[in-house]
Amino acid sequence: MTFVAKPKTHHPKLPRNELGLTRRDYEGAVSTLCAGCGHDSVSAAIIQACHELSIPAHRVAKLSGIGCSSKTPTYFLGKSHGFNSVHGRMPSVATGANMANRELYYIGISGDGDSASIGLGQFAHIVRRRINMTYVVDNNGTYGLTKGQFSATNDKGSTSKKGVPNLYEPIDLAMMAIQIGATFVARSFSGDKEQLVPLLKAALKHEGFAFLDVISPCVAFNNHNGSTKSYEYVRGHSSALALADLIPTRDAIEVDYAPGAAEDVAMPDGSTLRLRKLRDDYDPRNRVTAMDTLMRMNEKGEIVTGLLFLDDDPSDCHEILGTVDEPLASLGEAELCPGSERLETINAAFR
Amino acid sequence: MTVPIQAVNDFVIKFANVNGSGSASANGMFAKALFRMGIPCAPRNIFPSNIQGLPTWFEVRVSEAGHLGRREGIDLMVAMNAETYADDVAEVRPGGFLLHDSTKPFPKALRRDDVTFIGVPIAELILHEFSDPKQRQLFKNIVYVGALAELLQIEWDVLTGMLEEQFKGKEKLIGPNVRALEIGRDYARDYLETPLPIRVRRCDGVGDSILIDGNTAAALGFLWGGATVAAWYPITPSTSLAEAFEQHASKLRKDPGSDRHRFAVLQAEDELSAIGMVIGAGWNGARSFTATSGPGLSLMQEFLGLAYFAEIPAVLVDVQRAGPSTGMPTRTQQSDLLLAAYASHGDTKHVLLLPSTPKECFDFAVEALDLAERLQTPIMIMTDLDLGMNDHISPPFQWDDARRYDRGKVLDADGLEQVKDWGRYLDVDGDGIGWRTLPGTHPEKGSFFTRGTSRDEYAKYTERGEIYQRNMERLQKKWATAATLVPKAEIREGAKSKPCGVIFYGTSAPPMPEALAALKQQGIDLDSMRVRGFPFGAEVYEFIERHEEVFVIEQNRDGQLRSLLVIEGDIDPARLVPVLHYDGMPLSAQVVERQIAEHFAAMRKPRLSEVTP
Ligand SMILES: Cc1ncc(C[n+]2csc(CCOP(=O)(O)OP(=O)(O)O)c2C)c(N)n1
Ligand code: SF4
Ligand SMILES: [Mg+2]
Repeated sequence: MTFVAKPKTHHPKLPRNELGLTRRDYEGAVSTLCAGCGHDSVSAAIIQACHELSIPAHRVAKLSGIGCSSKTPTYFLGKSHGFNSVHGRMPSVATGANMANRELYYIGISGDGDSASIGLGQFAHIVRRRINMTYVVDNNGTYGLTKGQFSATNDKGSTSKKGVPNLYEPIDLAMMAIQIGATFVARSFSGDKEQLVPLLKAALKHEGFAFLDVISPCVAFNNHNGSTKSYEYVRGHSSALALADLIPTRDAIEVDYAPGAAEDVAMPDGSTLRLRKLRDDYDPRNRVTAMDTLMRMNEKGEIVTGLLFLDDDPSDCHEILGTVDEPLASLGEAELCPGSERLETINAAFR
Repeated sequence: MTVPIQAVNDFVIKFANVNGSGSASANGMFAKALFRMGIPCAPRNIFPSNIQGLPTWFEVRVSEAGHLGRREGIDLMVAMNAETYADDVAEVRPGGFLLHDSTKPFPKALRRDDVTFIGVPIAELILHEFSDPKQRQLFKNIVYVGALAELLQIEWDVLTGMLEEQFKGKEKLIGPNVRALEIGRDYARDYLETPLPIRVRRCDGVGDSILIDGNTAAALGFLWGGATVAAWYPITPSTSLAEAFEQHASKLRKDPGSDRHRFAVLQAEDELSAIGMVIGAGWNGARSFTATSGPGLSLMQEFLGLAYFAEIPAVLVDVQRAGPSTGMPTRTQQSDLLLAAYASHGDTKHVLLLPSTPKECFDFAVEALDLAERLQTPIMIMTDLDLGMNDHISPPFQWDDARRYDRGKVLDADGLEQVKDWGRYLDVDGDGIGWRTLPGTHPEKGSFFTRGTSRDEYAKYTERGEIYQRNMERLQKKWATAATLVPKAEIREGAKSKPCGVIFYGTSAPPMPEALAALKQQGIDLDSMRVRGFPFGAEVYEFIERHEEVFVIEQNRDGQLRSLLVIEGDIDPARLVPVLHYDGMPLSAQVVERQIAEHFAAMRKPRLSEVTP
C-alpha cells in the first residue's frame, strides 16, 4: 500500500492546460494498490492524457467492474463520477450510461479476469454495439484481488505462483475486439508512457468504441519463475516471497523503445517478455492485416504493441439506433409524453 | 338423455387447435366480436412452448354478469385437433356441445351421450373453394368462426367490420376472408339446427372498456411515463412488452424535426446485461426499464443487490411463469414473489407493485418510474403470463396532461452551489433518501464514487462496521418511506368487519367476486383486501388485525405472499390460511370456493349465518 498522501498544494511551475488546470487537478484519491503495481502506471497515464487533452474532468464518467484494476478509477480524475459495478459487468452499465447521455466521455477500466472470464460475454457485446467509450483492460495475466489464480489471458504453459502450469489456450482480447467490430484497438505496456499516453489520447478522441489492452504487471502474484506476463523484482528475494502477505516494495517498470524495435522486459524471475512496437509505416486501417500481424507475432512469441487497428470514420451505437442529439436523460415531459389526446386514440384502437 | 345446457351470454367456449396453424388470430377475432357486441368476456390462450405442431387451446369465458375469472368445465368445445380429441371430449360438461371437422368421422369410441356433437365438414368445404394450400389451412379457422356466428348468433356486421379493419390497405384479402366466413355460416344455416341453446346476445356490459393485454398496457405506461432506455432479453411471456414499447415508441417518440428517436431499445445478450444497462442508464439520469420472467430475474440477482445498496433507480417487470428450464414456460403462476422481494445477497428487500388489470399495468408502469427515482431503488412490477399475454377487458387508460414526472431528489449545478454540506448518502430530510447528483453536472462539486456498501455518507470508501450499520439503518428508514408511497390495498368491508377475510393480489383478483358471492350463498361471508404493493402499508396489517382468520389466495405452492406477511408484519401464521393453486392454469372461482368451504367444514366452524342474527 502507498500510505504517503500526496501533498495537495500546487507547484507554481506545473504546466497548465487550456482550462488552466494542472496535472494535479486530474488526480484522484491515493492509490491503495501494491507499490509498483502496473495498474497505477495506467492511472497515471490516464491523468496525463486527460490533462493534455484539456478534458473537463466532470464531463468524464469512469466505470469499472471488480478487481484491483477495477479499483483504479478512484485513483484518477477525482472530479469525475465513478461507478465500481459488479465483476465482469461494467460493459452493460457503461452501455446504459452511454445511452442515457451521449455527451460525456466514458472511460471503462477492467481486468483480464473481469473482461476475459466472467465478463467475456459482455465484453464481446459492447464491442459489437460500438459504445462510444475508451475501454482499458489492465492485463496482468492473473486475478490480483483474489490472490493469483490464472486468468484467461495467461499463456498456455506458464505456471502459477504455486507452480501449476496453465493447460488452456489464452484469449487475446485485442484480437477479439478487432474481429467483432471495434473501431480502435491498441496494445501497450503500463510502463511505456511514451506509447501509452498518446494511445489513450487518441482513444479518448475516437468517436466510437476504443479498446486498449495494457499489459500491466502484478508484483504480488505474477512475479515467479514461469510466468510470461510479469516480472519478479528482486530475484534473490524468492524465499521472502514465500510469505504470502509480504509484497515487495518496488518501483514500476518503465520502458522506452523505438517503433519497429523489440524490447525485452526483464522478468524478475529471469524470464523475459518481448514487446515489439509496430513500425511507423504499419497501416492500422486494415482489419485483416491487423489480425495477421497479431497472429504472426504471437507465433514468434512476441507481444506486438501500438495502434493495431483504426477505423477513421467510426459509427457508434447512437448512430446505429438513430437517437436524437440531446442526451436522453435530459428530455422531459414535453419531449417524451405523447399526452392525453394520443392516449384516447390508443384506447379507441383497442375497442 | 341429458338436457342440453341453455345459456345466453354465460358460458365457456374452448378452441382446441394445432400451434402455428393460424388459429390464434381467428380465435382472437371471435373474442373481440363478442366484446364489440358489449358482452363481457375473458379470452385465455393456453399454448405450448413450441412454434409449430403441438396442441394449443384458447378459452373464452363469456359472462354478462362480468365474472371474468376462469371457470372450470367447457360448454362448447371447438375440437380442431384430432390428436387431443380424447382430452377435449372429456372436458365438456354434461349437456355441452362439441364442434368438429366432420370431413373425417369423429371416432366412435370417443363419443359421449351427454354431449351434442356438431359436425361441419370444414376441410371438404375449403377444398372446393380455395386452391392455395396456405389459404386452405388459414381459412379453416375462419370457416369455424363463420359457423359459430350462425350457431351462437354473433352479429354478422361486427365480424365483417373487423375483417375490413384488419385488412385496411390490403383490401384484396377481405373478399376471401369474408367468403370463408360465409362458407361456415351457410353450412350451419343449411344443415344444422341453429341457434344453439347456448348463444350470445348484444348487451351493455363493457361500457367504454378496452380489450388489451397487460404487456402492451405496461409498454404504453412506460412510453407515457417517460422511459427512454429499455433493455431486455427475449423470454416468454415478457417478450411482447419490450416489442410493444419499441413498436409504439417508433411512432410516438420521434423528434419531429430530425425524425430521430427519443428512446433507445437494446436487445441485450442476456438478462444480466439487460439489468446492467438499466442500472447504468438510471445512474446517469434516464428513466429506464427491463422486462423479464423468472429465469431472467434469477440471473439479475447480483445486480439488483448492487442497485439496492448503491441506490440507483431501476424498473423491472417480471411477467411470471411456472418453473425453470423447459416444461411450463408458457403457463402462468405467481411464484416469483419471494425471489423478487428479497432479490440478491446481503440484507436486501425490494419494492413490488402488484397490478391486476391492464389499466393497472399502465398506471403502475408510470408509477414505477416515479417511485424508482423518488426512492432511488429498483421497483419491480409483478405481473404474470395470464395478465401479460392475454387480452383483458379493462377500464380505458387515462392521462392528466398536468401530471409531471417525479424525478426525485437530484441536485443540479445551482443546487450544488447552494448546499453547504452535501453527502450523497446523507439523510437530510429524515425520509432515508439522500440527494443524488448526475455525472457531468458541476465542474467542482457533486462528483462521487458509486459502489456497494463500503462507503460513508459522503460516498468515501470505508470498511468500518459502525458506518456500514448506520447505512443499513437508514435504508430501513427508506423502506418505511416506501410503505407510504406504494399503491394502497383495496379493501371491501362493510361498516362492521366480519370475523374472517380474504387477501389476494394480481390475477387472483378476477375470480374473487364470483367466489365470494358463491361462498356467501353457502353462508360464508368474508371481507376482502386486494394488496397492490410491497412493502405493505399500515392498512394491510390493520385489515388482518381486524379479522380472526384471513385466507391468503395465491397462485404458487409455498404461499409466498403469506410468507411475506408473516415475515414483514410479524403476524401469527396460524391466522393466515393459505389458499393455493399452482397447476399453471389461471385461478378459478371454484378452486377458491372449494378450499375455503373445506376449511370451514374441517374446522367445523359455525356458519356465519348461524352466529350472526
Ligand atoms: C460474482 C463474483 N465472483 C467472484 C468475485 C471475486 N473476484 C474479485 S476480483 C476477481 C478477479 C479479478 O481479476 P482481474 O479482473 O484480472 O483484476 P486484477 O485484480 O487482476 O486487476 C474475482 C474473481 C466477485 N467479486 N464477484
Ligand atoms: S495484487 Fe497485483 S494487481 Fe493487485 S494491486 Fe497488487 S500488484 Fe496490483
Ligand atoms: Mg488481472
